[in-house]
Amino acid sequence: MTEATLDAFDLTKRFGDNYAVRDVSFHLNKGEVLGFLGPNGAGKSTTMRILTGNLAPSQGGVKICGIDIIEKPKEAKALIGYLPEIRPLYKEFTVNEFLSIAARFHKVKSSHVYKAVEAAKDKCGLAHMSNRLIENLSNGYQQRVGIAQAIIHNPEIVILDEPTVGLDPIQIREIRKLIKEIGKKHSVILSTHILPEVEMVCDRVQIIDKGNLVFHGSIDDLKQQRLGNKLLVGFSKPPTIKSLKSIKGVEKVEKDNQGMFIIHFKEKYLPAEEIVNLSAKNNWGLYHVAPHITSLEDIFVQLTQMQDSKNK
Amino acid sequence: MIINIARKELKSLFASPMGWIILALLMLAFGSFYLQGVNNYFEVMSGSIRPAERVGVTIFVGQTVYGIASFLMLFAVPLLSMRLISEERKSQTLPFLFSAPISLTEIVVGKFLGLIIFLSILVGYIFLMLSTLNIWSDIDFGYLIANSIGLILLAASFSALGIYFSSLTNQPIIAAILSFIALFALMGLDKFFGSQPNHWFGYISLMKHFQAFSRGVIDSKDIIYFVLFITTFLVLTIRRLDSDRLRG
Repeated sequence: MTEATLDAFDLTKRFGDNYAVRDVSFHLNKGEVLGFLGPNGAGKSTTMRILTGNLAPSQGGVKICGIDIIEKPKEAKALIGYLPEIRPLYKEFTVNEFLSIAARFHKVKSSHVYKAVEAAKDKCGLAHMSNRLIENLSNGYQQRVGIAQAIIHNPEIVILDEPTVGLDPIQIREIRKLIKEIGKKHSVILSTHILPEVEMVCDRVQIIDKGNLVFHGSIDDLKQQRLGNKLLVGFSKPPTIKSLKSIKGVEKVEKDNQGMFIIHFKEKYLPAEEIVNLSAKNNWGLYHVAPHITSLEDIFVQLTQMQDSKNK
Repeated sequence: MIINIARKELKSLFASPMGWIILALLMLAFGSFYLQGVNNYFEVMSGSIRPAERVGVTIFVGQTVYGIASFLMLFAVPLLSMRLISEERKSQTLPFLFSAPISLTEIVVGKFLGLIIFLSILVGYIFLMLSTLNIWSDIDFGYLIANSIGLILLAASFSALGIYFSSLTNQPIIAAILSFIALFALMGLDKFFGSQPNHWFGYISLMKHFQAFSRGVIDSKDIIYFVLFITTFLVLTIRRLDSDRLRG
């Protein structure tokens, strides 16, 4: 049993009559990267703000390594590094100045400030930018400063709110690499609305929609849902559905809107070979056979719609 | 931790031209009034023949300089205090402070202290400038010290009120205008009740309490007034920031 570094229970935040977050409970294990997924306005940022003590929940609570963030905010906050959606950077300072301030604010001993700043710059690839004003840095480098600020005091938990928003593809790749790197030493919570990102960097996923948690599981569970036991097959001279159904192990055959067949088969069977053989024998003109992957987007839509219909 | 916040605030003040310009302009103004005071002293004193009309050089020059200083602070402090919280609100840097292991009280008091340290550079400068009179005359240091304490307390009260207005809005300039209007009203309250010098309303006036210091009197009653004034506005600021956390 791994120990939980963060424990959120029954988090609810109401703004007037609107629930921004409703009864969200989850935990974060030591040394894991948790992806927090949801469309815009789903309550991701609100949850993050509650977790970091920036916002008081209407109900429920958060425990950081067993310390309640409402009762003992100082002790709990010392264990968290947080990068909000909008980078909180004092642009009139240089990278070095800003990171030293961040280190001191996070109670790094003054004799260790220099070392902490150097280490954080090293990790985030900022060493050659030390004396540049933050204002003059590019978007990607500013984001790195934001991340450096969040890890400078070696926190147990790093919380990053949409860390790759607004960056170009190369910067996104670098930031993802950096997050993976951080995930080796710290527990990370990462919020995003980009699905492939979660698959690339996270160990566990949580999907939130309209303030409710709709999916909660490991990244493999999510992949399982994506893959399923399905084949996508295309014929230039398509046979009848019946003849396909008669193949051993096939459960269900559907036709999609592009004239392709989606073949559902039972576990442990893989009818691909059989299909190829039959096609050659009967001259069906097979031109495509591949596993049918439901895209994450589809799963996402499915999950969020399931929730909708449940609410109705 | 309060010291760390104050350090950051000071650094921030000196990182922008704003801090330097205000410092330079104020010092220029104080310097010129000082020189004018010294010049006028001999003119006026040679004109007044009766001993009763004569005053010492400390009071003569000091009154001019401290009088103008308290008046100029009315403009300078809102310009300096306006950014303290509203700028952080505007550029969304408050979460940086809120998610660090620092209490709201420490944040507010730290910011306040940073500004006071900046302003006390000015007060210290005035003190040094007036001390140079000691080279050719024998001046009353007690008078200078009382005035310096008074000026710092006055500037601190302005700052506390300025921080509160800064926490209300995310537009620094609106914070500056609001705090200027509020300070102007508070300064002039006793003028509205000039005919009844002991009316309680006049008693709230900031200027009425500064007057004792400018005569060279350190009265605990006035110190308590200023301390209460400062505490009130700092507490209001903390409450305002806390309501951000509670209501979002």
